[in-house]
Amino acid sequence: MSGSIRKLLAGALATGWMAAALPVFAQTSLLNVSYDVARDFYRDYNPLFQKYWKEKTGAPIEIKQSHAGSSKQVRAVADGLEADVVTMNQASDVDFLADKGLVARDYATKFPDNASPYTSTMVFIVRKGNPKGLRDWPDLVEPGVQVILPHPKNTGNGRYSYLAAWGYALRQPGGNDGTALEFVGKLLKNAPLFASGGRDATTTFMQRKIGDVLVSFESEAELIAREFGKGEFDVIYPSLSILAEFPVAIVEKVVNKKGTRKEAQAYLEHLWSKDGQENAAQNYLRPRDAGVREKYAAQFPPIRTFSVDEVFGGWSRAFPAHFKDGGSFDQIYQSK
Amino acid sequence: MKRVLPGFGLSLGFTLVYLSLLVLLPLSGLVFKSSALSLGQFWDIATGERALASYRVSFGASLLAALINAFFGLIVAWVLVRYSFPGKRFVDSLVDLPFALPTAVAGITLATLYADTGWIGRHLDPLGLKVAFTPLGIVVALTFIGLPFVVRTLQPVIEDIEPEVEEAAATLGATRWQTFRRVLLPGILPALLTGFTLAFSRAIGEYGSVIFIAGNMPLISEITPLLIISKLEQYDVIGATALACVMLAISFLLLLAVNGLQWWAANRHRGKEGALS
Repeated sequence: MSGSIRKLLAGALATGWMAAALPVFAQTSLLNVSYDVARDFYRDYNPLFQKYWKEKTGAPIEIKQSHAGSSKQVRAVADGLEADVVTMNQASDVDFLADKGLVARDYATKFPDNASPYTSTMVFIVRKGNPKGLRDWPDLVEPGVQVILPHPKNTGNGRYSYLAAWGYALRQPGGNDGTALEFVGKLLKNAPLFASGGRDATTTFMQRKIGDVLVSFESEAELIAREFGKGEFDVIYPSLSILAEFPVAIVEKVVNKKGTRKEAQAYLEHLWSKDGQENAAQNYLRPRDAGVREKYAAQFPPIRTFSVDEVFGGWSRAFPAHFKDGGSFDQIYQSK
Repeated sequence: MKRVLPGFGLSLGFTLVYLSLLVLLPLSGLVFKSSALSLGQFWDIATGERALASYRVSFGASLLAALINAFFGLIVAWVLVRYSFPGKRFVDSLVDLPFALPTAVAGITLATLYADTGWIGRHLDPLGLKVAFTPLGIVVALTFIGLPFVVRTLQPVIEDIEPEVEEAAATLGATRWQTFRRVLLPGILPALLTGFTLAFSRAIGEYGSVIFIAGNMPLISEITPLLIISKLEQYDVIGATALACVMLAISFLLLLAVNGLQWWAANRHRGKEGALS
């Protein structure tokens, strides 16, 4: 039911946009459908690209943004929202579009670095001075430690936290799926609640002062500093964490129809340019470019990470194994 | 019987088409979509351990919240109609706020208030009472969003009761309790049931405010709408419609039961009148 409503809405929106675009016929317009917290990043990035495009081709280009929870977004695209490009925070969301035939199956090879222009990782945010002395994942499963994280099954942020802990346990001596399940189970027992999203978790931890440690993206820590002040918390880097990748892709079906392939390609490619990479670093996302990484080294302490591909064989395996109904998360919450 | 106003056929046709388009069509689409599942699959989804726990939370909390609202809403409506006091208009308009406020805002605000460190929560915490991020928090959120339904349904009905009726009852020797129980309540009861039903059904479907205060722990504080969202997050639209169908069926049965109760309450009253005349 909601699908058809969304289709209707998307149709209405699309016609609205088309009508709006008619008077400025000459100007090409791209729609970038993105995840929720990428707002700041693309607000800064779009003018950079527009300037670059104008200099290169002499033609102006209009970029429209749409932001919401990532799985909602890709469902809207699947239902007919005419996105030229999608910029997501999890491969599973783009995979869904590939399944629907909207995005190339091998989208990850169409751009460098697994089609992810920047990365991030999961870190611990603790109270000022780290009163509980939390240094690494095993400290988080100690009795009496309260861990705040968003819902591991329903949110991208929570899923990364979950897989980070799982991967850590797996990589310990004697680690296997059984020990990992036990480890993550203990960790989740220390969660007094599951926040409904990344920002809700931040509010719960920072404003309501609940919990001893918040597990979140490294980039989120910087946003917390802007909002609540640097002196309110410490950021702890665990010995091992997960590499969060943010895949981008061209929506083939839409660019073929609209004839915007060239623009869409350039738009995404430019993310890897010096400007694009600097913009990522300024938004506290780890740039891929070695030179830019060097320049912002102080901001990004070294941390050992593993990717979802390395440990879990990609999102297409990790998702069903852990987050689908009957996956490891559900097993933890099965009463005996 | 010849009707005074013409156009019965036309307006009835319009009503049926309108209701079909607006209510029946989407709902039958829902049922139709879930029919892609075999009966066994449907049953597995509908009776999974977490699903069963979530029905208990959703319907239990909604029922509790609607009962609280029926009791206190009656008092609020009574005071707002029967007494005049400074600032009455202001208080009256407060009642509508839960209607107007985006539910997410309500949820976030309530969670902050009732958290251990919040204005209210920090006084409840020493008493061992945890509200935010427990099922109790869900009841609080659902009570908040349900209040206007009861008050706004009751107000016009209470306005219609003449104070003389109470006076007459008193002169005939009725005690205050008897006056309330025998004279006032029968007139109010159908409207009270309607308000209760509205608050209850609104609470069952509520998602936005609950999600921020519930804590969302599996088997403890997960509401059914959260499980539906969880299915959608897995791109399992069919599974989501299965849960939605179960909710729909239970809600429909409950509403039918309450409507039956209402009919009975109204008829019992009318029956007595008939006997008197």
